[in-house]
Amino acid sequence: MQIQPLPDDDLDPRDRGGQAQPLLIVEGLRKFFRVKTQDGKPAAVKAVDDISFTVFKGETLGVVGESGCGKSTLARLLMHLIEPDYGTLIFDGEAVDSPDGITVDTLRQQLQMVFQDSYSSLNPRMPVRDSVAFGPLVHGKTREQARAVAKDMLTKVGLNPDLFGPRYPHELSGGQKQRVNIARALAISPRMVILDEAVSALDKSVEAQVLNLLRQLKRSFSLTYLFISHDLNVVQYISDRVLVMYLGRVVELGPVEDIFSRPKHPYTQALLGSRSSMDPARRLEEPPITGDPPSPIDPPSGCRFRTRCPYAEAVCAAEMPELSTWRDRESHVTACHMQNSASGHSLADVMGRA
Amino acid sequence: MAHTLAVTTPTDLEPDVLPANVVRGYWQSVAYRLRHDPVTLFFGMVILLIILAAIFAPWIAPYDPYKESVIARLKPFGWRGHLIGTDELGRDLLTRIIYGGRISLFMGLAPVAVATVVGGALGILAGFGGRRVNTVIMRTMDVFYAFPSVLLAVAISGAMGGGIANGMIALSMVFTPALCRISETATAQVRNLDFIEAARASGAGTFTILRFHVLGNVLGPIFIYASSLVSVSILLASGLSFLGLGVKPPEPDWGLMLSTLRQSIYVNPWICAMPGAAIFITSICFNLVSDGIRAAMDVRM
Repeated sequence: MQIQPLPDDDLDPRDRGGQAQPLLIVEGLRKFFRVKTQDGKPAAVKAVDDISFTVFKGETLGVVGESGCGKSTLARLLMHLIEPDYGTLIFDGEAVDSPDGITVDTLRQQLQMVFQDSYSSLNPRMPVRDSVAFGPLVHGKTREQARAVAKDMLTKVGLNPDLFGPRYPHELSGGQKQRVNIARALAISPRMVILDEAVSALDKSVEAQVLNLLRQLKRSFSLTYLFISHDLNVVQYISDRVLVMYLGRVVELGPVEDIFSRPKHPYTQALLGSRSSMDPARRLEEPPITGDPPSPIDPPSGCRFRTRCPYAEAVCAAEMPELSTWRDRESHVTACHMQNSASGHSLADVMGRA
Repeated sequence: MAHTLAVTTPTDLEPDVLPANVVRGYWQSVAYRLRHDPVTLFFGMVILLIILAAIFAPWIAPYDPYKESVIARLKPFGWRGHLIGTDELGRDLLTRIIYGGRISLFMGLAPVAVATVVGGALGILAGFGGRRVNTVIMRTMDVFYAFPSVLLAVAISGAMGGGIANGMIALSMVFTPALCRISETATAQVRNLDFIEAARASGAGTFTILRFHVLGNVLGPIFIYASSLVSVSILLASGLSFLGLGVKPPEPDWGLMLSTLRQSIYVNPWICAMPGAAIFITSICFNLVSDGIRAAMDVRM
């Protein structure tokens, strides 16, 4: 019997495991920053504490959470801009930074990042076309080839390379600068792009343009996105799946429709409740969530959200809820005792069944 | 309506200040900005004149710089063809100032150049390297800082013996810590910006990042500070000469001339002021020109 070749016309030649294999698997990622408390004792900021998730090929995984919950640390850990304390990264089936896997350099040829601050992420003394050409140049292209790539990429992000290429960052608007940053990230043709609050600093109309540009680029380069933002509307618009973070841990993970229509974790519910409504008749009289998040230096025992959770019980302080195991793209999982009927939480049965 | 709004048609609009279709290279735009900066151009010409005068001194100077005359001592301006008078040994002052530019310019520029390269490199290393590298370099520099600069220069050149070469080494060692600190501060400001991280994410090594992304952003402050040291260097060198550690009489040197003419200040104050004027004009020219060049090189101006 003859084996039929798979229809792989639009398959990336660098693709190793096929469409079903996740592009990025993160397992037990942890990063503690050593600091000193006010009385001089050494302490650790638990910025990212035992995070595991999977990014499938071709999807956009949104990451949401309050300021200081570890979103940006997560992005920098994935790029290996800071070294993780523990945890493994598996990129398309190969462990990163391990003897039998791929090196960080190889990872960075396939994984790129767009930073939040569009101004400080461009060298102020370099014309933007040189900033875009820098990556290809580092990866062994000649000066002419790199210039050509830069020209092509600037066109792809909607900037006329002859007009904008020779300009310096201070001569561009915020939206134009962020387009340059996107061009820079795409210049070495990565397979996955981390967008760390990439549109948060832009005003609403420009934000919408850049979001649509990102969608369009994703299609034409068959990219995978990890989209980090604190803006729920933007995340809902662009994401296929959403990961909710609270104080360095994943509290909920699932397809975007499920998360936004049927949030399971009280934190996600509160987060969604805090969105301002378009309808003036539906106003929020009381904040859905009160207080500041606890310090990541000394997080609460058990469930980290229990100090602000309206349903907190004794079991929440005693035991840390585990994120239930996900299986595929459709899995909607959460780390909450109320979702686990065996946890002993009084509402477990009610909520678990709902 | 009581008044009508002035309507601007597109043809009335001024064209862009920088026509967008004119693409200039970096050095072309630097040259363009320099050409439109009369102050820098003027003082640049003055520096050029001083340097040319020093180089071609034997052809320009009206007299022999070493020829003394007992009767022609401390004569005023214009006395018997001596344009700005004579010094305490009857030598033509203009001639000696022209010749003095040779040593003074060298003593002003060479130590600063050495210190800029050494101190600048050490500072970038300290600012970009890890905490340990930083501690080793900066604490070593602090040891030099503990001494007043004049005392340090005297101590070093005293220990090594007099002469122009040793004086130059001593002055280089005096200026290095200051330039190192300037460069370390500038580097530390740049190193935490996102574009450095973005360059690392592009896969660039430390050396490449330093060359393409750090150097251009720290050279400005280093450059401007170094230029302000040129005049200090000329004066410190003269201080060394005064103590017999630098240039030896009868060698013409502005600083040395200033200190020997000092005793004649009650006899003919104008004559005494001349070497000082030479130092002043030279140093202010260097300051203004370096400021102009820095401004012309700054893409954000």
